[in-house]
Amino acid sequence: MSTVAWVRRKRAAGRFWTDFRKQRAGVAGLVILAAAVVLALIAPLFIDAGVTNVVSGTGAKLAPPSPADPLGTDESGRSVLLMIWWGSRTSLLIGFLAALLSMVIGTVLGIAAGHFRGWVGAVILRITDWFLVLPSLVTALVLAAILGGSTATIIVAIGVTSWPSTARLIRAQTLAVEARPYIERSLALGAGHWHITTRHVLPNVAPLLLASTTLEVASAIVTESTLAFLGVSANKTSWGTMLRGSYDWGAATAGAWWYILVPGLCIVTVVMAFTLCGRALETVLNPRLRTRAHA
Amino acid sequence: MLELDELTVKYRIAGGEVPAVRGVSLSVPAGEALGLAGESGSGKSSVALALLRLLPRSADVGGRVLLDGEDVLSMKWGRLRAVRWSSASIVFQGAQHGLNPVRRIGDQIAEPLLVHKLASGAVADRRVQELLSQVGLPAWRARSYPHELSGGQRQRVMIAMALACEPQLIIADEPTTALDLMVQAQVLTLIRRLIADHGISLLMISHDLSVLADVCDRLAVMYAGRLVEVGPSSGEFRHPYSQALAAAFPTVGDPASRLAPRGLAGDPPDPQQLPGGCAFHPRCPVALETCATSDVQLRASGAGRTAACVLVGE
Repeated sequence: MSTVAWVRRKRAAGRFWTDFRKQRAGVAGLVILAAAVVLALIAPLFIDAGVTNVVSGTGAKLAPPSPADPLGTDESGRSVLLMIWWGSRTSLLIGFLAALLSMVIGTVLGIAAGHFRGWVGAVILRITDWFLVLPSLVTALVLAAILGGSTATIIVAIGVTSWPSTARLIRAQTLAVEARPYIERSLALGAGHWHITTRHVLPNVAPLLLASTTLEVASAIVTESTLAFLGVSANKTSWGTMLRGSYDWGAATAGAWWYILVPGLCIVTVVMAFTLCGRALETVLNPRLRTRAHA
Repeated sequence: MLELDELTVKYRIAGGEVPAVRGVSLSVPAGEALGLAGESGSGKSSVALALLRLLPRSADVGGRVLLDGEDVLSMKWGRLRAVRWSSASIVFQGAQHGLNPVRRIGDQIAEPLLVHKLASGAVADRRVQELLSQVGLPAWRARSYPHELSGGQRQRVMIAMALACEPQLIIADEPTTALDLMVQAQVLTLIRRLIADHGISLLMISHDLSVLADVCDRLAVMYAGRLVEVGPSSGEFRHPYSQALAAAFPTVGDPASRLAPRGLAGDPPDPQQLPGGCAFHPRCPVALETCATSDVQLRASGAGRTAACVLVGE
């Protein structure tokens, strides 16, 4: 029985991969992402946090790219290349975890708001709306400033400000799913709230959730960079803090384009890779988009 | 087994109430099959849903529904959930929508077993295979998705699901609507065999008298939220509405019947503005003057038969 299930799962995964491979932009995004993640994971094998230490910078101050420092140096003579490499760890970690947090909150509250009609749903919905109209960047700034600047607080600050749109999305899908007759059938056979939401609603919203998570990671990375640029950071080198540094030290007026351009391009590339992946996933998983693509 | 005592259902809408069921008293003894017939809007589906309290919140249900002597309408939520499916299960109309498209057939048949904690894991798998074979589907179908099945097969799955907890009563709400005639005959044979084998009571709801007469021992006919006639399915109808409903079926192979007028002129009454007296009198071909003013209750009209019409008597 279990081997049968395994074979079937393998076949389903194979079909998914065949469909995904047809989305060339998605494959490009996936390759970039895989490269970024692998590089971030293997970084400790080659370098350590020492590359971000201001006293151990060996190059000249704001030196242009040279064979010794291929992407130039910053204001303390540290190699921009090595700092980008090390900083990708913080940027990606915050991006993934904040997106995960935001997805979990958004899914739980979205399904609850859609499933429980009456005052419970109404209250959850009003809370969602309230968070939705708060300017999320300002809220995240305030939260991070109050909680102090560690990696965990930045993740929490981004997570608790970015869930409302997910909740809205999931709620809408939950309402659509719960209008189906098989929910009534399930109720008739004695199913409770937990059974209906986990066995019927969740599998139906899962594809949507997956696609929206990838997009959420992209926006979390941007938010992290923005927060760091605005001066609220985890005190660890990330792409956002590097941009902040380039601004603080007048890299633009000093003509040190490498100091501004490199972290900026890294952010744009990774975010775009996530977006490409998310769009491709949406196309493959959403039956409506899928039929249109095949027609 | 099942007893309805003056069951009423009213839907609250903006600016008033719509009485959908206006006092229905019925009983289905253990092991008996009762057919409930009526036009669209006669309230027959409201009756079916009221039995397990599945109506939307906007519905007010009155009277009593006794399931094995216990009043469903006054049950606590937990008890109601326990009773749903284990005492009475429903075969819904439109099987294609009653199954979750993203879950396997086997998992869905096992759903009532899991919900009622009757079985899980390998035991539940075995029970699913057993149920599938009872409704004439091969065991490997448990791994299929609903879209891989034909309409008749899906309806068989719904029936297997209804049998899962070995209920004493099955409520079948238009179980064969939207199936073609041959498949319909197969499904009806299956239902007939299963209720006979398991000694299950059946309340079958349909607009199609021929389907009901095929399966049920007794027939009840509803009009405008009330019963107009209850009697054995073998006998002749006495109420003019039941007669018109029965006569509305074409006789296949008889060209003369095409030219003979049949059916009823006019539409079923608006439940918000029911005519006075007998609700059927505006469409009744044999109405008397008194019908417009005096309402008639069900009265004895032959062997085991009651009808609500001034013209019938012993």
